Amino acid sequence: MTEKDLPALSIADLQSLLRRREVSAREVIDALRARIEAVDGQIGAYLSLDFEAAAREAEKANVDLPLGGVPLAIKDTINVMGQPCTCGSKILHGYRSTYDATVIQKLRAAGAIPFGKTNLDEFAMGSSTENSAMKLTRNPWDLSRVPGGSSGGSAAAVAADAAFAALGSDTGGSIRQPAALSGVVGFKPTYGRVSRFGLVAFASSLDQIGPLTKTVRDSALIMNAIAGHDPQDSTALNEPVPDYAAKVGDDLRGVRLGLPKEYMIEGIDPQVKAAIDAAVKQMNSLGAEIVGVSLPNTDYAVAVYYILATAEASANLARFDGVRYGYRAEDPRDMLDLYGRTREQGFGPEVKRRIILGTYVLSSGYYDAYYLRAQKVRELIRQDFAKAFEKVDALISPTSPVPAFKLGERTANPLQMYLADIFTIAANLAGICGISVPCGFAEVDRHRLPIGLQLLGKPLDEARILQIAHAYEQSTDWHKVRPPIASPK
Amino acid sequence: MAGASDLDVTYVARLARINLTEEEANAFQKQLGDVLNYVEKLRQADVSQVEATAHALPIFNVFREDEPRDWFTAEQALSNAPRKANDLFIVPKVVE
Repeated sequence: MTEKDLPALSIADLQSLLRRREVSAREVIDALRARIEAVDGQIGAYLSLDFEAAAREAEKANVDLPLGGVPLAIKDTINVMGQPCTCGSKILHGYRSTYDATVIQKLRAAGAIPFGKTNLDEFAMGSSTENSAMKLTRNPWDLSRVPGGSSGGSAAAVAADAAFAALGSDTGGSIRQPAALSGVVGFKPTYGRVSRFGLVAFASSLDQIGPLTKTVRDSALIMNAIAGHDPQDSTALNEPVPDYAAKVGDDLRGVRLGLPKEYMIEGIDPQVKAAIDAAVKQMNSLGAEIVGVSLPNTDYAVAVYYILATAEASANLARFDGVRYGYRAEDPRDMLDLYGRTREQGFGPEVKRRIILGTYVLSSGYYDAYYLRAQKVRELIRQDFAKAFEKVDALISPTSPVPAFKLGERTANPLQMYLADIFTIAANLAGICGISVPCGFAEVDRHRLPIGLQLLGKPLDEARILQIAHAYEQSTDWHKVRPPIASPK
Repeated sequence: MAGASDLDVTYVARLARINLTEEEANAFQKQLGDVLNYVEKLRQADVSQVEATAHALPIFNVFREDEPRDWFTAEQALSNAPRKANDLFIVPKVVE
């Protein structure tokens, strides 16, 4: 193992080296920095980096802590004290965080080193990272394709070995979908399992922070550090936090997995379907029982989501008004002019579209028809999952119906982009947990494009889906295959 | 449910305090019209027997002790202000 090879390691493997004192935390930071400098010009995963601070923290790192000396990349919607937090938007131009999000406090307490902020769709609104006002992020497997989104920078960084692991946020699939398209593990905890304090709010009843990692075990290690109650977030559940890493390693005997018949839709790429079918067979051969289930209200999920998420966003993004932080339009005549032009110049088109839609569905005369009705259908979707989970321990589906698409292919049609989230959105509406793990590759234009398998679990049953995902992962070699950029010929 | 034709993008953008160019307003009118037509499918759902979900997991009455604690100083709170003076945010005049 040379220093050059360090960034390819999982957190678990990096920790063994650190704890045996075969490598120092400082050497790890330096190796990661060299790796980022070598590849990020092509990938574009990072918006800001602070290696000076990271090196200082590495010098005094206690590697015996749960994540001691482990550098982590952070999606640029999460506040890290002293660092920019752009949310991929011009409207936060010049902003520097004056505090650490709760997850950052917890990661620091566990010894981790947050060193850089990753690109995303503006305010996490998108499925390709193309809505970032800052830069384009490319898929490490094929640089002409998107990494997925909205946590596309986090996914691409981990995939390209330009991060050991990263945090993302998931409102309708924004951790799981980019994980699938970039070939890494992405984990969305139960709503309320992880504090949202310090996460810039998009849709507060749906947002949840979670890890993107190279292995399922690494996701469990990060969950151990970030899960739990927080007095700063009244929706953070006051429930005991199990040791997620402890259950990882149990086998699949006695596990019941459900295949929702509504998820076997037209429009799933044949190579994705074949990979999922093979993964289901594989889990069956590992001892899991496979059961057909029904989620009858699935077809409503995307419509419910785009009413509720935009409604919540229209209220949450009212705070970006050019008064307290970020961008302000020049020479405002009065307050209305200040608000109107600041928001015109500061927000990109997708954010404007969603604020306008959200304002409309909440406006007088339309509230009952759109917002209230969507909340009721959301309850039907939640009940679908509750009924399915009476019969099974977890549900299986593709994470995305298609592998990574070409840059620019879907930007002209917002509705088509929304439909990319068809398998991930319902989990946010129901508040349940979910994970995407690599389960194969599609061959497209002589490139290998990763395919993700999604497992959805009961509320607060994170340990179970981590266990199932780990058992599957360890029975395959998919997670060991690196993109071309990570292993130059 | 109201139809897509009810949406007046220019009017709603004004409510949301976002100035739009005419070009943007026209593009959004069409794109959001498509989205509103798509969400029409919710009309088919039978919601006569369901209560609206506000939160995915039921938690009620979350309280904490009402005790003072350390928080931002005025200097920290103002550190990102586009314009400030005398420990205050500066905005255009709002009263005559």
